[in-house]
Amino acid sequence: MTVKHTITSTELTSVVQQMLELALQQPGVTDAAVGGSSSVGLSAEVRLGEVEVIEFHRDKALELVVYKGQRKGSVSITDLTLSAVSAAVQAANRIAEYTQEDPYAGLADTEQLAKEIYDLDLYHAADVPAEQAIAYAKECEAAALEYSKEIVNSEGATFSTNDQVYVYANSRGFLASYPTTRYSGYCVAIAERAGKMQREHDFTVARDIADLSALASVGQSAAQKTIQRLGGRKIKTCQAKVLLLPNIATGFWGILVAAISGANLYRRSSFLLDCLDTVVFPEFVNISEQPHLRKGLGSAPFDAEGVATRQKDIIKDGILSTYLLGSYSARRLGMQTTGNAGGVHNMLVASGTADLAALVKNMGTGLVVSETMGNGTNIVTGDYSLGAAGFWVENGEIAYPVEEITIAGNLRDMFKTVVALGNDVDHRSNIITGSVLLDKMTIAGN
Amino acid sequence: MGVELDLATNVLLAPAGLGNNDLERVLGGILGRNVDSADLYFQSSSFESWTLEDGIIKDAAYSLEHGVGVRALSGEKAGFAYSDDIVITALEQAASAARTIALSNGNNKVKILTPQPVKHNLYLAHSPLQTMADADKIALLHKVNAAARKIDPRVKQVIVSLAGSHNVVLVAASDGTLAADIRPLVRLNVSVQVEEGDKRESASCGGGGRLDYHMFLNDDLGISYAQEAVREALVNLHASKTPAGNMPVVLGSGWPGVLLHEAVGHGLEGDFNRRKSSMYAGRLGQKVASEHCTIVDDGTLPGRRGSLNMDDEGVPTQCTTLIENGILKGYMQDKLNARLMGTKSTGNARRESYAHLPMPRMTNTYMLAGKYAPAEIIASVDKGLYAVSFSGGQVDITSGKFVFSASEAYLIENGKITRPVKGATLIGNGPDVMTKVSMVGNDLQLDRGVGVCGKQGQSVPVGVGQPTILIDEITVGGTEHE
Repeated sequence: MTVKHTITSTELTSVVQQMLELALQQPGVTDAAVGGSSSVGLSAEVRLGEVEVIEFHRDKALELVVYKGQRKGSVSITDLTLSAVSAAVQAANRIAEYTQEDPYAGLADTEQLAKEIYDLDLYHAADVPAEQAIAYAKECEAAALEYSKEIVNSEGATFSTNDQVYVYANSRGFLASYPTTRYSGYCVAIAERAGKMQREHDFTVARDIADLSALASVGQSAAQKTIQRLGGRKIKTCQAKVLLLPNIATGFWGILVAAISGANLYRRSSFLLDCLDTVVFPEFVNISEQPHLRKGLGSAPFDAEGVATRQKDIIKDGILSTYLLGSYSARRLGMQTTGNAGGVHNMLVASGTADLAALVKNMGTGLVVSETMGNGTNIVTGDYSLGAAGFWVENGEIAYPVEEITIAGNLRDMFKTVVALGNDVDHRSNIITGSVLLDKMTIAGN
Repeated sequence: MGVELDLATNVLLAPAGLGNNDLERVLGGILGRNVDSADLYFQSSSFESWTLEDGIIKDAAYSLEHGVGVRALSGEKAGFAYSDDIVITALEQAASAARTIALSNGNNKVKILTPQPVKHNLYLAHSPLQTMADADKIALLHKVNAAARKIDPRVKQVIVSLAGSHNVVLVAASDGTLAADIRPLVRLNVSVQVEEGDKRESASCGGGGRLDYHMFLNDDLGISYAQEAVREALVNLHASKTPAGNMPVVLGSGWPGVLLHEAVGHGLEGDFNRRKSSMYAGRLGQKVASEHCTIVDDGTLPGRRGSLNMDDEGVPTQCTTLIENGILKGYMQDKLNARLMGTKSTGNARRESYAHLPMPRMTNTYMLAGKYAPAEIIASVDKGLYAVSFSGGQVDITSGKFVFSASEAYLIENGKITRPVKGATLIGNGPDVMTKVSMVGNDLQLDRGVGVCGKQGQSVPVGVGQPTILIDEITVGGTEHE
């Protein structure tokens, strides 16, 4: 069976409008905004060839923000009946009584709101019955299990679908919605050698089911990556070049996003304060935001406040050329919103020319990082210290797997010492990047 | 029958006109030849948060959600569906979806729903949202803010947040289980940022439990969080780089028990051991830690953040000994994994909400006290690290590797604490590190009540704790390399 929305897009839109109207009828309410969503999907998990879990998802939600002058209150509910909506409106109105005047509070300025809602090709409905999802997951896991005798176990393979519609309306006349779909396959293999186990995963994700990688190749890749980790050892404490593989590089660039995000800037909680229009990276580094990529995982026609998203340079020839602001943080900083309420929409790191093998050759001796662990990033000071695993490189070639070590440095220095960017670009995230080679970090081991 | 069941029935079932016979009929409809058991999990939860920033109450949020999760179990298979409408038609639809896990009809019988005896009464059923007037909640935030700013002129930013939730749950299962629980949870958090010249540091401190907001007024507990956050931030202003490499590490009491949660706890959850994906699989009765280590998971501590009267399958929580004097004694189980492993549920089935499947999870996990005074432990170290606060951790249960990051740490030189260091990350292998625990203090303490544990995308509140301990050698990640 497949799952269907309990509410049509038109019905959701009318509930959103109704909530907005009710809110504006409350005494003292001067502005309001409502976001509504309905999503359905299923997920099938298979382990050792047998189905373990079939989950059917069906969620809906309404989020209301009311403003009484410069005071604000928020309410969210999952019950979309009129009585629940009406109670929520009253609750929002009540709590807004207790918040205080904040001169920067309020909806986005009307002239910033998206006027045209571009169709970004984000919706590709596909009928995937549970049996089909199970078959996909089985195909993925079987390929992992068959890959090698050393693949002795599995944490399973999962195939998931999601079909969602999002509606946003505010009292400045904005009302828009857009639907999205998302399909993914995921596999975790377990390998054993000499009594020691390792696990590793791989995945595929896309807006259109036709764009997924072959599930068997995902399983094989998960198995291959797991086998490569067998026999991992510690290395001596040292300083060395470090190459972040694309899946780790997304996290590295994610720290840049946090450091130039409005909320951290106006709170002075960023190691990149007052760095606009200054050199943050070497000159060859160029990064842009591309919110209108067709079928993009991070694409959106408008941000969380209805503001038009737009293409822009983030890093131009190494220079920080924009912050990422919503209207609140923009007002705090005396600037204009950049259409980034709710985050960045497809951050594209311009790729270099070298492939992974060339980068490894270029580094000569050093560490390739394939996994980081923990949360040792301090956004205020830029101090960075994470657990890591990967591969030691000698004479420009991978020598052996490495584990149970940490890599540490300060992000301001790390940004400045990016040596090269790879062309091994990974498109499976909102942050699209290849590998990143850093000049020197401290590695703690034996 | 307890007051909880009456209340939960009124909140969750009565509005939809649902009676026990309806629940039995739905459960009966799910059972078939290939379905071993089924359960229904009804939930209604309300949540509020108040945030003070820049000296004003800047944001207030309230949310309300309810729904029912339906699970069908067949061997190792689970079929799961949920609805955010509690009405009979939605319940039947979800039941029919969950049932697709089994392919043919059969004749398993549902046992008559029988209220479970109430074993624990660890917290009050009152909604913490309503036990204090809104104006008083706001006064509390202002008081804590003023206290933080008063301590030192270098305090430049203070964010105080107060949050509370009230969860009403009811479980009905085909094995006859009918049980309910009403769970309050509150939390107060203070984040501060300090500046001195061009140096900036931040720190946060918070706490809470299954109590109401008045806990933060008792003994000025809320103010003590503010003092603690400011103290830690000021210490870090003058912290130097952490040396990198292997060294002895003394972990302070309380929150550093997150070590046990990562290095031991997750690896002892029933699902990973049934699947043999944990490095602790098949090692019951073996030595997996030094003889100084006795570690328990205890869901029965009154008012604690990780405590529950019953787990999310309606099984009363208990105190489970995981490791006793270094020997692996037991895993944490839910009904499914216990059945598949031929043992009993330990009351550790937990789920984030009705929209999530339950799985074995920790409650409050801690190490029992030993005999040494904390000062004695520090004095025993020639050169090492003393870590007293952490910002969290992560584990790979298959290889056993875990990592956790210190937010407050000092160097120990010649048995004395000398200077603060920052950015220390500890990395090790669970059983390896636990074998190197050579001294255990007499100062067992539980954390203040802030732990959130994530597993397979589901978050649940947990507690951790430990006395001061010495690990003879562990890898410390830092930036200083000689």
